[in-house]
Amino acid sequence: MRKLDRENNSDMQDNSEKKYRDSADPHKYLEQLSNVDPEEAKQWLNIGVDVSEENRAGTFIQKDCSVVHSGCKDQQVEIMGISDALKTHEWLSDYVWRLISPDKDEFTKMAQEMPHEGYFIRSYPGAKVEDPVQSCLYISEEGLSQHVHNIVIAEEDSEMHIITGCATAPHLRTGLHVGISEFYVKKNATLHFTMIHHWGDEIEVRPRSVIHVEDGGTVVSNYISLRPVGSLQMYPVTYLEGKDSVARFNSILVAPPGCELDVGSKVVLSQPGARAEIISRAITTGGTIIARGEMDGKVEGVKGHLECKGLILKDGIMHAIPELMGRVPGIDMSHEAAVGKIDQKEIEYLMARGLDEETAVSTIVRGFLSVDIEGLPPGLAEEIDRVVGETQHDAM
Amino acid sequence: MLKIEDLVVEVEGQTVLNRINLEIPAGETHILFGPNGSGKSTLMMTIMGFSGYRVTQGRIYYKDQDITHIPIHERARLGIGVAFQRPPAISGLKTRDMVSLCGGQRDVDVEGLAKKADFERFLERDLNLNFSGGEIKRSEMLQLLAQAPELVLLDEPESGVDLENVVLLGDIINELLERGVRYPKNPDASPHRRKGTKSALVITHTGHILDYITAEKGHVLYDGVLCCARNAREILKWIREYGYEECFRCAS
Repeated sequence: MRKLDRENNSDMQDNSEKKYRDSADPHKYLEQLSNVDPEEAKQWLNIGVDVSEENRAGTFIQKDCSVVHSGCKDQQVEIMGISDALKTHEWLSDYVWRLISPDKDEFTKMAQEMPHEGYFIRSYPGAKVEDPVQSCLYISEEGLSQHVHNIVIAEEDSEMHIITGCATAPHLRTGLHVGISEFYVKKNATLHFTMIHHWGDEIEVRPRSVIHVEDGGTVVSNYISLRPVGSLQMYPVTYLEGKDSVARFNSILVAPPGCELDVGSKVVLSQPGARAEIISRAITTGGTIIARGEMDGKVEGVKGHLECKGLILKDGIMHAIPELMGRVPGIDMSHEAAVGKIDQKEIEYLMARGLDEETAVSTIVRGFLSVDIEGLPPGLAEEIDRVVGETQHDAM
Repeated sequence: MLKIEDLVVEVEGQTVLNRINLEIPAGETHILFGPNGSGKSTLMMTIMGFSGYRVTQGRIYYKDQDITHIPIHERARLGIGVAFQRPPAISGLKTRDMVSLCGGQRDVDVEGLAKKADFERFLERDLNLNFSGGEIKRSEMLQLLAQAPELVLLDEPESGVDLENVVLLGDIINELLERGVRYPKNPDASPHRRKGTKSALVITHTGHILDYITAEKGHVLYDGVLCCARNAREILKWIREYGYEECFRCAS
């Protein structure tokens, strides 16, 4: 396990000492989403998953180790549990563990040795999937170690938006989520991927993602974590291996006290015309955030920009690590990193327009967090507002 | 409207304003002249109540209410509005949303006001982010139009603005203050409008803005001391002829 800032989090237990359970009681498959427990449905709305399926092209829901629902309204996309998918498509095995090696670390090993489903989502060639596809990975059992393996394929010339929410039941204290995700963005395809996390106070989260992009392909990835989580460490790597391929990463992170986030992304630009942008906005209200970003420019004619901005409202640690590597001349990469508190001048400026101090601060924080996220689910905009409202008290 | 009595202000332990007395009656526009570093902006920031400007003596009254120590937003809500020379950028806050916020409880016709400030194209931009000098001024003026203050404080409205924009700014200031003659734009308006009740304090060190707005009175601030009060154009003429130092010598 990656060591985060130990000094300031002496209460963190060593992961190796923790014993998680590797299996859970199976849950019944639900043909109708209307049969979902209303309490759970309400929770899922906070992570962008709407069981009414209004404006959704398809839905996948996994609870603990069982797929409880999968289906699609839009015929241009397929969505199912990974084990079903492997039975349906013989060729799919070629896509599993192709981008990520199971030997990468102890977590990838767990996912190989004790797999617990995961989703397979694929847009057909030329498909323009208008509504987002949604997926929900949910842990409801105390102390479970959930290992999912997801495969996403955007076939040539297709467009698709996936909203994936991960959450734990409200009463849950401990647990581990390992998510292996391999993304294939083929020629001239566009994949929007919005991931929203809503974990419990002591949950450990280890996503392992790799994205492969072909000629003219575009991947836009949004990651949002606003609620407490024990520790989270992820570093998705994107290989822009096609000419004029594009990667855009946005992340919005809020770290309450006791929370450790080590989040970043890496983009390898290895074909001419490849472009990348990594933007992260992080606020600590007492927790620790390591905001990483790395770009590796391998050929002439690639372009990249990295932006890490962090706010420490009162307490907490913010560590921005932007890295740029150029291996040839003729590349254009830049970064911008800033860590600090809200500028008093900005607060007073807004107060001079008649806003009281509290409203001025929340207006600034909301602005800070509002990276332009294309296709943010509506429930989520409200969730951001709620969190901004709550972080108020930490700022004053 | 505004009455300042025996005001002493410290910034970082240094006295910057020394025993200032100033009164701006309702409906009057006053010009504050002074060289760079004389304390003009400090006076404005103190009237608005910004942190870092410590009043160690004296009082500020607005409409007979002592506002010396009330918070900034309360002053704004009482009707004091300020256009800053170098406002901060607020990333993620759309200019459109800020203009709405400036209206407080009132509904603001954002589009209509933006048209007046020639700022429609900037409404979706983050407030003040990467704005040019002229754009900053128009952004500030647009916010003031939405705020509709009764006492307007303008910090060097003409600095860093090209000629075309100065004319526009003059128009907006006149609109804010319900002054000026705008014959081609509104033929039905009476040329002798009733005198408005809006007041202004306009900071300038070049005086160029006086080509576009009219003023009742001018004041000269030199080294933290108000040393002269008389007709604004007359003061400007003196300053242009003899410089601030001579102006100060004459007055003292």
